[in-house]
Amino acid sequence: MISELTRGERRLALAVLTAVAILGLALAVAGRGDILAVHGGLIMASAVVLMFFVISGYYAPEPGEERFAQYYDTPTKAGVVLAMIWAVIGMGVGDWVAWLLVYPEMTFDAAWASFGRLRPVHTSGVIFGFGGNALIATSFHVLQRTSRARLPDQFSPWFVLIGYNLFCLLAASGYLLGITQSKEYAEPEWYADLWLVVVWVVYFSIYLRTLMRRQEPHIYVANWYYMAFILVVAILHIVNNLAVPISFGSAKSYSAFAGVQDAMTQWWYGHNAVAFFLTAGFLGMMYYYLPKRAGRPVFSYRMGILGFWGITFMYMWAGSHHLHYTALPQWVQTLGMTFSVMLIVPSWLAAANALLTLNGAWDKVRDDATLRFMMLAVVFYGLSTFEGSFMSIRAVNSLSHYTDWTVGHVHAGALGWVALITFGSIYAVVPWIWKQPSMYSNKLVEAHFWLSLAGTLIYVFAMWNSGIIQGLMWRTYSEGGTLAYSFIDSLVAMRPYYIARAIGGGFFAVGAVIGLYNVWMTIRQASAERAEAPDAPVVPALARSLQAGE
Amino acid sequence: MFGIHQKLERNAIGFVIAIIVVSSIGGFMEIAPLFTIHETVEEAPDMRLYTPLEVAGRNIYIREGCYACHSQMIRTLRDDVERYGPYSLAVESKYDHPMLWGSKRTGPDLARVGGKYSDAWHVAHLINPRDVVPESIMPGYRWLAETPLKVDDLSLHLAAQRKVGVPYTDEMIANAAADAYGQAMPDSPFAAGVTARYGDATNVRAFDGQPDRLTEMDALVAYLQVLGRLTDAPYQQTASTEGAKP
Ligand code: HEC
Repeated sequence: MISELTRGERRLALAVLTAVAILGLALAVAGRGDILAVHGGLIMASAVVLMFFVISGYYAPEPGEERFAQYYDTPTKAGVVLAMIWAVIGMGVGDWVAWLLVYPEMTFDAAWASFGRLRPVHTSGVIFGFGGNALIATSFHVLQRTSRARLPDQFSPWFVLIGYNLFCLLAASGYLLGITQSKEYAEPEWYADLWLVVVWVVYFSIYLRTLMRRQEPHIYVANWYYMAFILVVAILHIVNNLAVPISFGSAKSYSAFAGVQDAMTQWWYGHNAVAFFLTAGFLGMMYYYLPKRAGRPVFSYRMGILGFWGITFMYMWAGSHHLHYTALPQWVQTLGMTFSVMLIVPSWLAAANALLTLNGAWDKVRDDATLRFMMLAVVFYGLSTFEGSFMSIRAVNSLSHYTDWTVGHVHAGALGWVALITFGSIYAVVPWIWKQPSMYSNKLVEAHFWLSLAGTLIYVFAMWNSGIIQGLMWRTYSEGGTLAYSFIDSLVAMRPYYIARAIGGGFFAVGAVIGLYNVWMTIRQASAERAEAPDAPVVPALARSLQAGE
Repeated sequence: MFGIHQKLERNAIGFVIAIIVVSSIGGFMEIAPLFTIHETVEEAPDMRLYTPLEVAGRNIYIREGCYACHSQMIRTLRDDVERYGPYSLAVESKYDHPMLWGSKRTGPDLARVGGKYSDAWHVAHLINPRDVVPESIMPGYRWLAETPLKVDDLSLHLAAQRKVGVPYTDEMIANAAADAYGQAMPDSPFAAGVTARYGDATNVRAFDGQPDRLTEMDALVAYLQVLGRLTDAPYQQTASTEGAKP
């Protein structure tokens, strides 16, 4: 990996790592007596380990000019592996906390092992660890192909990937230590948030610099979505995390917003993290890998445009549907509901465009589990966007809010859509970039597919049942006009569904382990081959072929 | 229209600007007015501030992720109000940086749990919920009763909150650590200052049942006991509108 960096880039890497190590040291010193010191130490240690790594390869020969004839895919390779590792961690922890709701004693009186600390490890692990790494990895891959341009340099993609994973590590370890802002999906504290801003600026600059050098006159639709993902997540992240640390020697900060304004800002963030992290980015993935794998052009250019701008405009209004019947002024609730209902149009435009793209390739969907992953993902995307619009209606929300129905809805989207489109894309991209005819085992891809489908269905049905039962029990009145059930009654009624959910989630997590194994074995197979026959430099065939949809 | 888009697609900077503009409108239209429209947050002149001990307890509540299972937002629905009490007003969380309204009720809403149970009940419940509620699936927090509360940085906590708009006085900031001790040690010389600074309605008790120690349990129980008790406004509001809105 270091041999791919030019001498100048190696020096730059050392300079940046030195700066990061010093920053880590400064945090550790300023934060002595506070848990911040642990994170300062962690930052410093990570930087020092990487410095050794760079130094060990420092005198390797420089990469030759022939690299400009090739795309730069090593960061994508690393990102794919990291995504799969985070998938196993995030989903594993998720299933563990699901079991905690069945066997609450399993915290063994350890602070770090309690539900409240582990749950954000699960959510951040899957959203940021798994989803984020997959987005970064695939975006580099797609960006180069659809622009017919190589990434601008060799250093910045690594900075983004490694820097981003440092953020994920700070987040996950922080929760276990008790460092959190409590804002859902924005839990990391001020210093981690600042670091992510730096990483994100570099990420965006890679995108822009590559697009500037593109050989294709048009920017392909997948890139619109990836760009919206990068830009809007930056806006959301910066605004929602505005906070005042109690001192530079403490991990703790106080949000700039309070009460009702904070609630609106948080759910504007929270809902658009769903929109621009978990939807836009993955639609970018879908718009490239699905047509590629199916060997069909995107069905409609116009549907692509309408879907994209509809999503970009409307989602940002929808966040207040998380706050129906609360102390948030009613006009904001009504606006949020209106836009949420209208959102079904651009969402279904995107889903329909993808499914119609598959027209004429249904035999491939039947035979190819990778394509089937993507097809099913689109179906779940359509279902969960419909469900989302439905749940945003005030009357429905009065039943569903605060219940497991919400959890089921999120997982219909997160498992059914986000994870499946990612697994499909990863199974498509891994053989391409490792130059293999196919994955190590197609049978294992098939097994993973069925485990995922079964797991998602069990999960979602369990949560529908428990959520609706819960909601109904809370609002049922007895003949005498008093509430019929105590809270504990509803809690007891949940138990069988919590067991079912944990089993469904377990299926899904086992699938991810199989996926990681399969990716790993494909890589081993590739490196065994390379050991036998050294790779001749080739201009990727894909670069010359026109992209899908054009 | 599609013709214009064809041009836009050829211009990276233009596309970036278009995304920023189109996506910014919604949030701006919904969030900015909340800061400027006066009626968004009701008046409640009797609204008290969290004491330093309650601030510390709130931070433990955040640290342990209690918000993942508990909401603090009673909706204007009849069954919510009958189960948990008068619906929550915006003013009640106006000093909450950040708010803890929550999104999921794996456990019951806590917005009005203050005063509902005795301190001893809370301590027993937090040590092992199943000792008091056999069906409970809430985790136990036994170590809170053993862990001494960190008070040396409480002044910084109040000062930071003042920066974001909570009206703590210089005196409150200067005495934060002493007030934390005083509130949990009613017999100590520090106790009098707490009510002088934070009002007579402030609870001054050995919350964890150990009058000689200041633990994290003291702080968390002090916080739970003040939930819904910072102002009388919601109780008056309900009386005047006769129950909840439909
Ligand atoms: C895994 C979810 C979960 C977490 C995390 C959790 N609780 Fe609970 N909590 C429950 C459940 C379920 C109940 C209802 C059963 C019972 O009373 O134990 C409950 C009940 C309560 C009650 C009694 C409410 C009433 O009106 O009867 C209080 C107070 C409480 N929890 C406080 C806390 C605090 C403080 C924390 C964090 C330190 C916390 N809970 C964390 C699930 C949770």
